[in-house]
Amino acid sequence: MRLSFLLAGVVGLSSIAASAQNINGAGATFPYPIYSRWFSEFAKVDSNVHINYQSIGSGGGIRQVSEGTVDFGATDGPMNDDQIKGAKIKTIHIPTVLGAVVPVYNLPGLNKELNFSPDVIADIYLGKISKWNDPRLAKDNPGVNLPADAILPVYRSDGSGTTYIFTDFLSKVSSEWAQKVGKNTSVKWPTGIGQKGNEGVAGMVRQSPHAFGYVELIYAAQNKMPFGAVRNASGQFVRASTEGVTEAAAAAAKSMPADYRVSITNAQGAGSYPIASFTWLLIPEHATDPAKAKAMQAFLGWMLDHGEAEAASMTYAPLPKAVQDSVRKTIQSIH
Amino acid sequence: MTSEPTPQTLIPAPQLQISPEKLTSARSESEPSAVRLFLNSRGSSGLADQGFAALMLLCACSIFAIVGFIFVILVLRSRLSLAQFGSHFFTHTGWDPVSGDFGAFPFIYGTLVSSLLALLIAVPLALGVAIFITELCPRRLKAPISFLTELLAAIPSVVYGLWAVFVLVPIMRDQLGPFLVKYLGWTHLFEGANFGVGLLTASIILAIMILPIISSLTRDIMQAVPNSQREAVLALGATRWEMIRIGVLRNSRIGIVGAVMLGLGRALGETMAVTMVIGNHPEVPHSLFAPGYTLASVIANEFSEATGDLYLSALIEIGLALFLVTIVVNAIARLMVWAVTRGAPARIS
Repeated sequence: MRLSFLLAGVVGLSSIAASAQNINGAGATFPYPIYSRWFSEFAKVDSNVHINYQSIGSGGGIRQVSEGTVDFGATDGPMNDDQIKGAKIKTIHIPTVLGAVVPVYNLPGLNKELNFSPDVIADIYLGKISKWNDPRLAKDNPGVNLPADAILPVYRSDGSGTTYIFTDFLSKVSSEWAQKVGKNTSVKWPTGIGQKGNEGVAGMVRQSPHAFGYVELIYAAQNKMPFGAVRNASGQFVRASTEGVTEAAAAAAKSMPADYRVSITNAQGAGSYPIASFTWLLIPEHATDPAKAKAMQAFLGWMLDHGEAEAASMTYAPLPKAVQDSVRKTIQSIH
Repeated sequence: MTSEPTPQTLIPAPQLQISPEKLTSARSESEPSAVRLFLNSRGSSGLADQGFAALMLLCACSIFAIVGFIFVILVLRSRLSLAQFGSHFFTHTGWDPVSGDFGAFPFIYGTLVSSLLALLIAVPLALGVAIFITELCPRRLKAPISFLTELLAAIPSVVYGLWAVFVLVPIMRDQLGPFLVKYLGWTHLFEGANFGVGLLTASIILAIMILPIISSLTRDIMQAVPNSQREAVLALGATRWEMIRIGVLRNSRIGIVGAVMLGLGRALGETMAVTMVIGNHPEVPHSLFAPGYTLASVIANEFSEATGDLYLSALIEIGLALFLVTIVVNAIARLMVWAVTRGAPARIS
């Protein structure tokens, strides 16, 4: 008797809660600008749903969603097998947009954009190429007068998805890098100096002659920084652009695993930009609150229909058509 | 020439204002004094006295509780890395999140060296500023200099960091660095490539940050030295410098050591400004131009994106290391104060 009373109370409460749904998420900082725009626009579409997102970093996002502290997470690097095994709440990866990492440099008096081979970038950070006039750099840049000064490699000192993508790329193109350093949100850099955030790396490169670093494409584009082209798997030097990134994703989509945990660095295709990656939302497979799962499903549907089209205007690369179609099928399984 | 009147004749001797009857009544055991009666009427009592003492004891104990709580949590949360590396963690050089190999030595080294170098630069400067303000400064300059020193202390550390990145780093790279190599290169402290960021730059920015704390505290301590001390030393025929050394500095040395320790405390824990100019490279640097890393910086840099339990646990153990370094440094400082002050009050040596 009392139990049914209590149940009636709980049902009553939850039906009130359903009328104004608060969904909390946390994770990656890289997609934060577009996520916050999407969430505020989606609130206009469905005024009952408020999605809050805190950009605490991919590591924090994975931890919090795995422990059930937040309703969804976001990450720039896919969860590894150990993390999936250890998670209390099982999640699925939903790719949302793509980002790219570009090499930046400061060579006073240079008015031409430089070309970089993947192995040259790896060897700069391994300390094996230490002068700008190294023959291998000169070979990629015929006709450019490179100075005989020491290169100052600059890297991200804070753990970041940007570093994950960059080191993932270097691990693929240089076996020595894969063996000595590997890929992670932060790694043991053989040489160079660390600066915090894209702004830290960009600031250091901008004011130190002969510095070399890497930043997100979106950061370089918004701050109008010159950046170099990188040779892709097909042997072409490609300057990063949202089209080039989406093309790399389309090339990788053909061999896309069902859980979307795929690295698209060093992708095939003449126009593919090689240092690119998906960024993912982590959605619980079985939500504790079905109403929240419904709302999240609705948001993801809206994102595919309307959100993706806005990505390019904010210098994020949208998902290729094939991936959008398969994501549409995947979100049906959320319940 | 008329002799000046003695003070006694000008100032009347203080007279007892209380009438004899009141005095006798205050002495009697049965009736409390007028003051006591007044206090009683305001609700003072033995209970309030004890209550106050207990409350203050509680406040004092809260410090123990907070420190104990921090320590316990740090140990509990870092037990994974404590179990994996043991005490080896504090002496091991290596920080590789990919292979899960963690050691705190480069960070401990960077923290201690940058802080001590900062003290080396800041303490003489701060003492000079304080001596000038209290002993030598013309009255008109006193207020502006004091005000500016305190203003320096109020600037947030991220502003110092930005200033360092945009002003100090280019100066280090183009002017000060080459100067040091040219004239002090024989010390082998200034070797390798100088990119403007590194241990020395971090130490200089730290020195600038702790300068106002040390100098304004030292100034207050020196001002607290009674003028009679100065006058006495001068009366014995001392020069101004001797007066400052014997009359002022000797008397305020405990306070000065305390001020230096407060400055050191800030230098050890400073995060933002150091992170922006130290270079964040976890190796034990052989040269002052080489990049280094500090305990506080690595936590600020890597905590939010730390994936994996061992990695997180190692970062928390870095916090434990910082906690221990602070305690050990403070203990050494206390010992130093004790050693300096054993010899009772000021004397000429």
